[in-house]
Amino acid sequence: MSQRKHLPSIHVPHHKNTAACETVTMPIPDEVSISMSQNIGAPCQPLVEKGDYVKVGQRIGDVQAFVSAPIFSSVSGTVKSIDKVRGSMGGFETHIVIEPDKKQEVSEEVQIPVINSFEDFVKAARDSGMVGLGGASFPTHVKLNPKNLDECEYLVVNAAECEPFITTDNREMVENGQDVLDGMKMIMKWLNLKKGFIGVETNKPDAIANLKRLIEQNEIKDIEIVPLPSSYPKGAERVLVYEVTGKTMNAGVLPAQLGVILDNVSTIGVMAEYFKTGMPVVRRRVTVDGDAVTEPKNVYVPIGTRIADVVEFCGGYKKEPRKIIMGGPMMGRATKSDESPTMKNTSAILCFSQEMAGVKEETACLNCQRCHTACPFGLMPSIFADAYEAKDVDKLNRFNVMQCMECGSCSYTCPARRPLALTNKLAKMMVKEASK
Amino acid sequence: MDNKFHTNLIVSSSPHIVTESDTTRLMGSVLLALAPAWIASIYIFGFRALLLSVVCVAASVLFEYLFNVITHKKQTVGDLSAALTGLLIAFNVPSSFPLWQAIIGCLFAIVVVKGLFGGIGKNFSNPAITARIFLFISFSANMSTWPLTRLAESTDAVTGPTPLALYAEGSQDQIPDLLHLFLGFHGGSTGEVCALALLIGGIYLIARKVISPIIPCAFIGTVFVFGLIATGSPYWALFHVLSGGVMLGAFFMATDYVTSPKLPLGQLLFGIGCGIITMSIRLFGSYPEGVSFSILLMNICTPLLNNLSYKFYLKEGGAKNGK
Ligand code: SF4
Ligand code: SF4
Repeated sequence: MSQRKHLPSIHVPHHKNTAACETVTMPIPDEVSISMSQNIGAPCQPLVEKGDYVKVGQRIGDVQAFVSAPIFSSVSGTVKSIDKVRGSMGGFETHIVIEPDKKQEVSEEVQIPVINSFEDFVKAARDSGMVGLGGASFPTHVKLNPKNLDECEYLVVNAAECEPFITTDNREMVENGQDVLDGMKMIMKWLNLKKGFIGVETNKPDAIANLKRLIEQNEIKDIEIVPLPSSYPKGAERVLVYEVTGKTMNAGVLPAQLGVILDNVSTIGVMAEYFKTGMPVVRRRVTVDGDAVTEPKNVYVPIGTRIADVVEFCGGYKKEPRKIIMGGPMMGRATKSDESPTMKNTSAILCFSQEMAGVKEETACLNCQRCHTACPFGLMPSIFADAYEAKDVDKLNRFNVMQCMECGSCSYTCPARRPLALTNKLAKMMVKEASK
Repeated sequence: MDNKFHTNLIVSSSPHIVTESDTTRLMGSVLLALAPAWIASIYIFGFRALLLSVVCVAASVLFEYLFNVITHKKQTVGDLSAALTGLLIAFNVPSSFPLWQAIIGCLFAIVVVKGLFGGIGKNFSNPAITARIFLFISFSANMSTWPLTRLAESTDAVTGPTPLALYAEGSQDQIPDLLHLFLGFHGGSTGEVCALALLIGGIYLIARKVISPIIPCAFIGTVFVFGLIATGSPYWALFHVLSGGVMLGAFFMATDYVTSPKLPLGQLLFGIGCGIITMSIRLFGSYPEGVSFSILLMNICTPLLNNLSYKFYLKEGGAKNGK
């Protein structure tokens, strides 16, 4: 574990404008729209009906499937409608629209969980409604319950936050450092893990200082902070596992198969809060930034709040917004409308004016191989692009297109502005299709 | 309610930001890197060098513009690659070269070598190098008439041989010393003479990560080692590095992305190949100089070198992760 090597990475502008912005709580909006599709895996079924009165922390969506996480009301109020909306991932999603009474009455269901065994712990993790808050939205309790638990040794906490603009993980470590460490301790205790690592980019000195202070204060011996270079994409799962543990993690391999439990830092901190208070995930910290926003901020947003309401709380738009990204600019998703509601995995809302939103015109490939040298895995995106065009599945396979994690480093670097990450994604679909 | 929301935002795939450096900037930095050699050429050969470079750049840009208009292609003159080709053509001919012939060279480079193969990124050989060879074959007399530098002592003669020609004749004693070669006061093509200026430009490109050092180092290194073995003297080995088109070719033409191999192994072999062919022509061939032929030949070998290096690359598992 001592010799840590670095994979290739790229320098992207950090834009961590909100790093020092203490998180503020926004007022309850006039309406929330809570999606039933907030995690990888099975979507939830609504447990309430139109006209029902719901309270904060009340379970309003759930499903039997293992890979799933329940959904809770973020407000108290009346269910106005249950809508089918065209969702972010293509198909239709169910949204529960609630009109808050703004009293924020807390549900009787909100109880501090009693944990006496590993099974209790995993159940509590599920009952918290927790999913990967970094953006992946993988149900956390599934990650904490791997098949080969007895082979798992390490807890690796992803606090790299390598995406530009976003500072929510940074604020979690600064504001809730104790929760982060408590959460780690609990996971390490119930999963019987030897050691915990927090991988954090060195561009977050306040966060590192705060965690160091707390580790010393609490005399914690089995948690180590691993400083990472501040370059992209150090927070990508497979890159982080490699940089922290030296273990190669190929596509399709779960961290647990390498003996590693991996979770995002905010996920762990917020889950620890649940263990202390019993309040499940009903709000999240969101970085609101971009050149079209009047006052960039870190905001506690009730889940289901529409983007427009969040931006209004941040002083509204100062320029006409042309692109709004949920998540970071490297891997986040552009939304068609600011009517879209925030979800558990909305780490950031970035509003760009025409200047920053303009899609650059694609020109001919120069064969400069900047895409290749940028790729953390040394893949050759220019070859993928040609092979995809030629529908050469064999070549795509031979050059390992399936190893691509769609981090976007290649597209970012390409002087010809080719949308390489998109082509890679399509090429991967082509390969999967062909192997059927 | 309807007006409350912005419902027509741009939706595009991630990433949503890109680096500032685009094709134009890359070509621009190569032009900038050629500036010292350009200034040196004007100092050494006078006004004619300036005129020649301006005419070649203008002609190349114009031909590219017209070609795109006539073939209804997207206009690409803005990417500066045509301007770069024009300047390199000027650098690759004697400063006294007839302008109309230089213009024909530009036409050949832009339309035949680049345009007809599909434009930037599609040509298999470097346009400037290919144009130089084309001009050499078409107008060999003018391509082998070398104006004197401003330091030349003779008052009646206006032309003189290049150091490589002297070397080929066996007139070693008339060859300027290494310092003069390094500074550029010797006969040769307009932009190739001042090794110092080219070195500055080349180091700039490597430092700015515009080019990788592999090809220039392999090329120059091979010329030196070959020279050392063949002549047994470090002095003459250095002479081979500093004379002729080695510096210009190694830093600015062999490194052309489009026509050189993609992977480091291929680039290494490409550079070595350039060096070996250059020296073989110089020492055993009938021409005193071989840089342009060596680059053209290696351009042709590039697909082969690519395939060869893919084999090694894929054997390593392709992805470097954890290796
Ligand atoms: S970075 Fe872009 S231009 Fe360069 S080789 Fe890759 S795809 Fe081609
Ligand atoms: S998107 Fe894929 S190919 Fe491109 S840099 Fe990331 S991992 Fe490499």
